[in-house]
Amino acid sequence: MKDDKWLYEISSKQSLINLNFKEIWNYRDLLFLFVKRNIVTVYKQTVIGPLWFFIQPLFTSVIFTLVFNNIAAIDTGIIPAFLFNLAGITAWNYFKVCLVSTSSTFRTNAGIFGKVYFPRFIVPLSNVISNLLKFGIQCVILIGFYIYYAVYMGKPIAPDGYVWLFPVYIILIAVLGLGIGMILSTFTTKYRDMSILISFGVQLLMYISAVPFPMAALKEKVPEYSWVIEYNPIAYLMEGFRRSVFGTDMLYFSWNSFFVIIAICIVTFLIGLAMFNRTEKTFIDTV
Amino acid sequence: MGVILKAENISKQYRLGLVGTGTIVHDLNRFWHRIRGKEDPYLKIGAVNDRSAKANSEYVWALKDINFEVQEGEVLGIIGKNGAGKSTLLKLLSRVTSPTTGVIKTKGRIASLLEVGTGFHPELTGRENIYLNGAILGMTKAEIASKIDEIVSFSGCEMYIDTPTKRYSSGMTVRLAFAVAAHLEPDILVIDEVLAVGDAEFQKKAIGKMQEISQGGGRTVLFVSHNMASVKQLCTRGIVLEHGEVVFTGDINKCVEFYLKKEDKFSEGKKQVFWNEKEAPGTDDFILRSVKTKNAKGEILGSFINNQTIHIYVEAQARVQLRNMRLNFSLFNSEEVIVFTSSSHMFEKVEKEPGLYNYEIVIPAHLLNQGTYKISLQAGMPGVKQILYSLKALSFDVEKITDSGTTYSTVLPGVVAPEISWNIKDQLNA
Repeated sequence: MKDDKWLYEISSKQSLINLNFKEIWNYRDLLFLFVKRNIVTVYKQTVIGPLWFFIQPLFTSVIFTLVFNNIAAIDTGIIPAFLFNLAGITAWNYFKVCLVSTSSTFRTNAGIFGKVYFPRFIVPLSNVISNLLKFGIQCVILIGFYIYYAVYMGKPIAPDGYVWLFPVYIILIAVLGLGIGMILSTFTTKYRDMSILISFGVQLLMYISAVPFPMAALKEKVPEYSWVIEYNPIAYLMEGFRRSVFGTDMLYFSWNSFFVIIAICIVTFLIGLAMFNRTEKTFIDTV
Repeated sequence: MGVILKAENISKQYRLGLVGTGTIVHDLNRFWHRIRGKEDPYLKIGAVNDRSAKANSEYVWALKDINFEVQEGEVLGIIGKNGAGKSTLLKLLSRVTSPTTGVIKTKGRIASLLEVGTGFHPELTGRENIYLNGAILGMTKAEIASKIDEIVSFSGCEMYIDTPTKRYSSGMTVRLAFAVAAHLEPDILVIDEVLAVGDAEFQKKAIGKMQEISQGGGRTVLFVSHNMASVKQLCTRGIVLEHGEVVFTGDINKCVEFYLKKEDKFSEGKKQVFWNEKEAPGTDDFILRSVKTKNAKGEILGSFINNQTIHIYVEAQARVQLRNMRLNFSLFNSEEVIVFTSSSHMFEKVEKEPGLYNYEIVIPAHLLNQGTYKISLQAGMPGVKQILYSLKALSFDVEKITDSGTTYSTVLPGVVAPEISWNIKDQLNA
C-alpha cells in the first residue's frame, strides 16, 4: 500500500454528479433484497393480498368513466372510455409512486441512513424497480380488458407500428418520476412543508396531465388553457403511452415532441441526481 | 504496516435550536455567498462544544480540527466524556454524514458495529432479516450464505429463525442483530461498546466476540468505550476527546491516566479535606466535616505501602436526632471498578444524638494492589432518605515493597492483591 493511494476520501467537497456505478454494482445484492422486501412486505397480513393491485386501478377507472365520460361527456373516440381511463391510470400510478416514494427517501429512511453508509441511490432505485412489478401486474389487467373489448366487443382498436415505444415510455416515466422526486427530496428533508405540498400537489397534477382525458379534448373544449398541457412533459408521456397502446391517431404524437421529452427527462434526472448527491452527504443533520 | 486511516483537520459544525424560518434566511445567505464564490459566512462563527455552558452562538463545533492517524492492525481507543464528540466522530467515519471541513482518507472499507439492527423489517423472518441486514452492512449474498449457520447459532435464536421478527422479544432482536454485525469482516471496524446489550449471558458473549475481533487477526479497530478497564485491555493507542477537540494522544495507559486525572482533579494530591459548615456536603440533617487518610501511627499520608493498614477518618456532624442513619464507604480503583463496599450500621447505635461523630475505617494490610484508589462516601437512612450520594472525597496511592526494600517494577494484574499462600509438596521420593 502506497501512502498516496487512498480507497476513498470523506470530505465536504463534492463533484456535481457523482453516481458511482461500480459502488452500486457492489451493492447489487442489497438492491435485490430491497426490491424483494418492498414487494413481499406490502400486503403481508392482508386477506386478499396482491388482489389489491387490481382493485385500485379498476375502481378508479370506473369512477373516472362515470365522472368524466358519462357526466362531463369527454370523447375518447373509438377507444372505450373505461379502457382509456384504465390505461391512463396505470401509467399515472407508476409515475406517481416513483415520484412520491423518491421524494420522501431521506425522511422515511432516516433511521437506517443515520447509522450506516451505502449508496443512497439504491433506495429510490429499488422503489422504482419494485413498483415496476406492480405496474406489470396492472398491465396484465389492462391487456385482459383490451382483449375483451377488441375481441368480444368487436371494438376497432389494435396496436400499430408505435407499439415498440411502449417500453420506452415506461422507462421515461420512471426516469422523470425519479428525477422530479430526487429534486423534491432535497427540500423535504429540511422543510416539512414540502411533503405536505407534494401529497396534494401530485393529486392536482394528475388532472392537468391529460390522465382522464385525451390532450385533444382539452385543446378543443378550453383552447385558452391548452398551455397547461402543451408545456407539461408529463401530459406528453401519458398521451404517448396511450398512443403506443391503442394505435389511433386521435391521440397526439410527434417525433419532435418525443425527442424533446426524452431530453427533458434526462436533464431532469441529472439535475435530480446532482441535488440528491448534495443532500445525502449531510441530510442527517437537518432531517 | 502503514497508515490505513488518516483524519486531517476535520471539523463538524451543528446548528443549535430549531429548523424554522431562520434557517431559510441562513440558507439563502449561504447560497448567495456561494454563487459569488465567497466563503460560507457561518463557518467563521460557532461556539466550543461545552454542553453545560450557555450558548452564545447559533452554531456549535461538535468537532474542531481533529487530526489523527491509524496504523494498519492497530486497535485505537477513543475516550471522552458524554458529549465530547465521540459519536460525531464515529458518524463521520462511517460516512453517515460528512465533515464541515477537513478530509478523512482511508485505504480500507470501514464498517461499524453501531448500526445494530439497522434495517430490520418486522414483517420479514429472522433469516430474511439476516440477509437484508448483512447486505445493508455491505456483505454480499454469498458471504452471508457462507456464514448464516454461524450467525444463527451465535444469536441463539434457532427456533425462531423462520418467524417474522415482529414476534421476537426485544432481546432476541438485539441478539440476532448483533450476531450479524459481529460477523462482518471489513478492513477497519468501528466498535461502540454501548452496544453490549441483552442479558448477562449474551453480554459476556458479545464482549468476548469484540475482544476476539480486536485482538485476533490483526484487524484495524477503533474502539469507543467508557469502560477504562476494557479500553486498557483491548487497545494499544488512544486519543482523548474533550469538548470536540483532541486533548491527548498516545499510549493507551497514558491516555487513560490523563482522562481519569481530568475527571477527578478535585481530590488530586490531597491527603485530607475539610469543609466548613456552610459548604459541607450533606443535608440539614447530617453533614460531613472532614476526611483524611492516616497510617497506623496516626500520620496523615496520601500514599501507603501495601503492608500497612490504612486508616480512613471521617468526621461528620448530626444536626438533628437521627434514626437508622448509616454511612457507607466504597473504594474505587483507577478504572472505576468498585473494590468493595462497607457500611457503618453494624457498628453503631440505631439512635444518633445531634453532635460530632468520628468514624475510623480500617483497611487491612496486604489487601490492595498497587495503584490509586478513590474513597467514595454515601450516607442515608434506608427507605427514608438519601443524604449523600457517592461523594468521591479523597484518593490515595498504594505502593508495594519487597523484602529487599525496592518497589516492584511491574504490577500484578488484579483489583486486589491479598497475600495468598501456596502449599507445594513434591512427590519425587514417594
